[in-house]
Amino acid sequence: MLDISDIMQTVNMIDHQHLDIRTITLGISLNDCAHPDIKTCAGKIYDKICRKAGHLVEIGCEIEREYGIPIINKRISVTPIAQVAASCESENYSVIGQALDRAAKSCGVNFIGGYSALVHKGFTEGDKRLIASIPETLAETELVCSSVNVAATKAGINMDAVALMGRIIKQTAYRTAKNDGLGCAKLVVFANAVEDNPFMAGAFHGVGEGECVINVGVSGPGVVWRALQDVKGKSFDVVAETVKRTAFRITRMGQVVAQAASERLGVPFGIVDLSLAPTPAQGDSVARILEAMGLETCGTHGTTAALALLNDAVKKGGVMASGHVGGLSGAFIPVSEDEGMIEAVKSGVLGIDKLEAMTCVCSVGLDMIAVPGDTSAETISAIIADEAAIGVINNKTTAVRIIPAPGKSVGDSVEFGGLLGNAPVMSVNSAGSGEFIARGGRIPAPIHSLRN
Amino acid sequence: MKAVMTVTAPDRVGIIAGVCSLLADMGVNILDLSQTVMQGIFTMTLLVDTSTSTHNFDEIRTALIKRGENENLNIHIQRADIFDAMHKV
Repeated sequence: MLDISDIMQTVNMIDHQHLDIRTITLGISLNDCAHPDIKTCAGKIYDKICRKAGHLVEIGCEIEREYGIPIINKRISVTPIAQVAASCESENYSVIGQALDRAAKSCGVNFIGGYSALVHKGFTEGDKRLIASIPETLAETELVCSSVNVAATKAGINMDAVALMGRIIKQTAYRTAKNDGLGCAKLVVFANAVEDNPFMAGAFHGVGEGECVINVGVSGPGVVWRALQDVKGKSFDVVAETVKRTAFRITRMGQVVAQAASERLGVPFGIVDLSLAPTPAQGDSVARILEAMGLETCGTHGTTAALALLNDAVKKGGVMASGHVGGLSGAFIPVSEDEGMIEAVKSGVLGIDKLEAMTCVCSVGLDMIAVPGDTSAETISAIIADEAAIGVINNKTTAVRIIPAPGKSVGDSVEFGGLLGNAPVMSVNSAGSGEFIARGGRIPAPIHSLRN
Repeated sequence: MKAVMTVTAPDRVGIIAGVCSLLADMGVNILDLSQTVMQGIFTMTLLVDTSTSTHNFDEIRTALIKRGENENLNIHIQRADIFDAMHKV
């Protein structure tokens, strides 16, 4: 028999510390859905998704009941649509975006990701058409998520794509203005995007993936926070060890659920993503973990070091708990989705510059940040360029999910609801970057990309 | 299927008897049982085998949760694999 205290610890983690599986994401290849007629292509995409993912939600709920672990989201990721649609003789791909939305609704999933293009080295015609249709698609669909990879350590930074994405983000905000620019919450600009990310809005089914795959994203900031309450005042050696032990347990749970989902769906298991993904709920915050290490408010001096320790310890603890670790794996620092981050921004301690520094050591980047509606496209592009540079030089994934909230200025806040939360509008640097962005071209890959 | 059950509630007479008779009525076999009272809170964990029952897991779970609600007991039942995975290397 298991130890009674171990059993009660697990039950308490689930009941009181928000321990859950954040997402089971079914990746589906759409490579065989290409067709010159876009309506036929959209029909094939709809049929294939419904065929492969028809039982995803039902099986997810069954696992949830048997294992007693909440599975918050069931999601689908697909092959980047720019590739699937490249052979369509049509200028506008939004028909496919609508087919994805219908398929997601028919399967009952929370989101579908993969309205995406990989343009880190250059654009194909399909990439250009897809990117041009992003604002329309995000405005006219509910569940579709979009991502564009504009940089890679091996390729450098496609500054034409960076400039273009600044304008696309502005247009997306404008098209969804009545919802505070909600469309931008479903659009991520990446550097070094990963092919097996189960988290939205950046999930897509990479070109190196198989026909279908199950990827699982775990969560558990509340559990880590609770564990740190027992080591107050102890050295960082103890803090790191505590985080590692907790991450091990969280990840094991993810591994068990991933294997069960894989067996029941008859789909190979891909990876467990060891991310600490916060929610706007009290007690489920990454910022509060950093504060539990001794910082008065997240964002003050010491925050980057605290986050670096957390991110590393999560990986070290989790890696032994799963057969295959992948995705983004680390600590997420979205602003609107984290109760502690929201408070830190409201208090004036946490700003966009400190968040940028934190992205050097966290798992992704500037995430769910609301900025004034009159922020120029060039400034948004320059923010993307900075993040891409951090990713490319440090050989890590970085991303920007930024919302220039129409009609809002610093001091206002935007409300997206649900897991997307609410965000105080943050100030950006008022000095221009227009001439810098107007140059275009490609920032070359760094010297350490030449590793062969 | 082997499952772990936990029952917590303010301590009183007859909690074990009530829970165990419900399990017996449904044909669920108890493999192991451990019980303690911590600061006035009755805490019991059971390892059970549901394969001896004619009811499926969902029916057993629903019956237990319903009993818990009626008698002010906090009852969980989960597959045992999850605890092995989380607490054994």
